[in-house]
Amino acid sequence: MADYITTIGLEVHAQVLTASKMFDACPAGYANTAPNSCTSVVSLGLPGSLPVTNQRAIELAAMTGLSLNCTINPFSIFARKNYTYPDLPKGYQITQYDQPLCRNGWIEIHTGAGETRRIRIERLHIEEDTGRNLHLEDGTTLIDYNRAGVPLMEIVSEPDITTPEDARLYFEKIHQILTWIGVNTGNMAEGALRCDANVSIRPVGQERYGTKVEVKNMNSFRSVERALVYEIQRQVGVLESGGTVHQETRGWDENREVTVGQRSKEFAHDYRYFPEPDIPPLRLSESWIAARQEELPELPDGRRTRFEADYGLSTQDAGLLTIDRSVADYYERAVAAASEVGGSAKEVANWVAGELFRLLKEHGESYLVLETRMPPRHIAAVLDLLAKGTITRTVAKQVFEESYASGNDPAQIVASKGLSQISDEEALVALAHEVIASNPKPVEQYRQGKASALQFLVGQMMKATRGQANPQVARAVLEAALEKNEEGR
Amino acid sequence: MTLTPAEVEHVAQLARLKLSPEELEQMRVQLSSILDYIASLQEVSIEGVPPTEQMSNLSTVMRSDEVLPPLPHREALANAPDQRDGMFRVRAIFDDQAE
Repeated sequence: MADYITTIGLEVHAQVLTASKMFDACPAGYANTAPNSCTSVVSLGLPGSLPVTNQRAIELAAMTGLSLNCTINPFSIFARKNYTYPDLPKGYQITQYDQPLCRNGWIEIHTGAGETRRIRIERLHIEEDTGRNLHLEDGTTLIDYNRAGVPLMEIVSEPDITTPEDARLYFEKIHQILTWIGVNTGNMAEGALRCDANVSIRPVGQERYGTKVEVKNMNSFRSVERALVYEIQRQVGVLESGGTVHQETRGWDENREVTVGQRSKEFAHDYRYFPEPDIPPLRLSESWIAARQEELPELPDGRRTRFEADYGLSTQDAGLLTIDRSVADYYERAVAAASEVGGSAKEVANWVAGELFRLLKEHGESYLVLETRMPPRHIAAVLDLLAKGTITRTVAKQVFEESYASGNDPAQIVASKGLSQISDEEALVALAHEVIASNPKPVEQYRQGKASALQFLVGQMMKATRGQANPQVARAVLEAALEKNEEGR
Repeated sequence: MTLTPAEVEHVAQLARLKLSPEELEQMRVQLSSILDYIASLQEVSIEGVPPTEQMSNLSTVMRSDEVLPPLPHREALANAPDQRDGMFRVRAIFDDQAE
């Protein structure tokens, strides 16, 4: 089999989080509403209705462009994309064509192998979302126009992506940035963020790109990667068997894990784009663009680098703690709370990125529960109890978990459950003799010089005290008891 | 400029129009003559003239992101030729070519 070079470009469609629709005052939040209960004369395309641009949508789209390192065009226009398909009742979509809002951006993805790759972004433009079709068995179609006219950004990458994994990482990064700056909910199940791919392969040594196939219907990070893995294999199979890849649109079938050919792709000029006569051009001043830049928060990559520099975190931990803005904010509040009791940022990172993330995953809960269930001061409290020697590390994990589950204060949990560390030798002597009496074999092995046997016996002490014994004290008491026991034989 | 029957057919398909052979020929002659008429614009020198994107002479007309109540559901569907389950109902659209 010949070797092939894969070329992937992604088109991400992201709804813009505004209160009203793109071109009129109809509510944009259509989730949980009955079909066609969120429409207006504009979104239904009724004669005589006039679209007027939503200023906030333009502001948020420009902020998105800036966060993707794009240039904001000081002059852009809307265009009509004509097509006869009833997901938009006007017979055309208002979009942008040759003069989009943003151009020439890039983002960086961080691969599992620790490499950083830059993926260029060709453009970001604004348009209106379409209605939803429900195809019936009898061949007719039902249409719900609630989604029609919701502000939508199309973010088009350059064909810089060469593997399905990188495609997933790129999509994840877009998701991270958009939700971070608050322009999109990131909810893929509800269709707020969607991804299409253009993918082609060509034999190594061939300059010209292969025929590209558009893959749609990939509604999760996982399906982006899997659909592309499948599609690349399919194209290789076609070429290896002497066939040719046809330019077409294929849909990812999640259940069967295959891509399936869809309607033949219309040629671009069939859309007969022309400048939208109903909407005047957008002229954005330098100061307007500067104001959008001002409005942006510190972005995930910047924050990650700062976490590494300021808190001495590993790249991996800094990455985990900036996965979401709410997590990064939470972490920094926990760092502030911990510093008041002498806890370090590194320790906080270990608890949050380790224990807390494990618990969230186990319980299938989102970051949203952090603030109420494990407020930052509780992280600080656990560190404080540990530093003061009130509890052992084993108990600390238990307290942490109970605090997470109940939302109760760690110090209270320790007090009410009597989990304080036992450092009093007297309290452990009787237990040591019990452990020796009930484990004759390890005791014998210890006497024969097997060091691990002592470790086992200390473990029994810890187990009997449910982790509360101070391990050093337990060890010392046990050694003393063993000596005494030996003498007594 | 003389259009071919195939070109006229293509444009009719895009507009979802079904033309009889006689209509097609009629349209071919008329559209060709309209294009000839418009083509006289090609003779004008447009050097240094910026493209006209819009006729209103306005720019950057925007509204603030405020919500007004949507259309009552009954009104939204008032003109629908066919409906079911609160939705507009249309004939088969899946196959673009089946018109």
